[in-house]
Amino acid sequence: MKGRMTTHDTSTRYASYIVGFILSVFATLVAYLVVVNHIWPMETLVYIILGVAVMQLIVQSVFFLHIGQGSRWRLITFVFAIIIVLIVVVGTIWIMNNLDYNMMRMTPDQMQLYMKQHEGI
Amino acid sequence: MKHQAEEIAVQERKTLGFWIYLMTDSVLFAGLFATFAVLRGNTFGGPSGAELFNLPFVLLETMILLVSSFTIGMALLGSARGFKKQTIFWLMITFALGAAFLTLELSEFSKLAAEGNSWQSSAFLSAYFTLVGTHGLHIAVGLLWLIVMIVRLWRFNFKKSDLGRLALFGMFWHFLDVIWIFVFSIVYLMGAA
Repeated sequence: MKGRMTTHDTSTRYASYIVGFILSVFATLVAYLVVVNHIWPMETLVYIILGVAVMQLIVQSVFFLHIGQGSRWRLITFVFAIIIVLIVVVGTIWIMNNLDYNMMRMTPDQMQLYMKQHEGI
Repeated sequence: MKHQAEEIAVQERKTLGFWIYLMTDSVLFAGLFATFAVLRGNTFGGPSGAELFNLPFVLLETMILLVSSFTIGMALLGSARGFKKQTIFWLMITFALGAAFLTLELSEFSKLAAEGNSWQSSAFLSAYFTLVGTHGLHIAVGLLWLIVMIVRLWRFNFKKSDLGRLALFGMFWHFLDVIWIFVFSIVYLMGAA
């Protein structure tokens, strides 16, 4: 991989690092300023922060980690890992919110009382 | 020529193996992120993230890590061209930035703990320290790895195997930067939003 590298390859890779770095700094600053200045309400901000983070994930994967170049297995395992990560994170949040909802959103104190009275715990 | 092709194939296999390790590591972080997302509201009457986190400080940490991700790229490109001094120079810059990041993170941790907000105070803080601390531990291991590589390059001449090791380290360091983006977004920015 490295042995075959010519001057042309490295100069394009310099450009790739510089472009990736500038885009990453830009994305970080956008996310930061949007939050600090409270431009949008909380619900909108969450999606914007996540959107910018995912954009930066793509930028760094392409420009720094060079996904898609070289071995095809790297891309396949990358996509597989993303699927697993999404299942773990989204699944957990979904289930735990559902559990919270079914517990009628009680405070811990109310929950303790409820458990004592109804379940004998 | 045939020998060289074989070497390249071996390096490709090592890169893929290390890549698969990084992907499993991202699953570990996914578990910690999911835990944090579930427990972030459970402050046990203590202060929430919005009261605890100092955003300009965290932005500084983020920028330091981002610049170090760029400088390790410069070290990789220097090594690909065979410039030993340039490689060592950029590796040392990367080490300094990584050490600065870790120092800032540890000072933040000790400040939180000194104010009575340690990992024992609430579920939120336990999840926070575990997630951010695991990332910090990875950075610490990366710094040890960097020292070993700098000393090797300093003492000995460039070898093909050194180039391979540097490439693996570069992947590791970029990966940690990507994880930190999500720590920055999900823990700090959403905590403060």
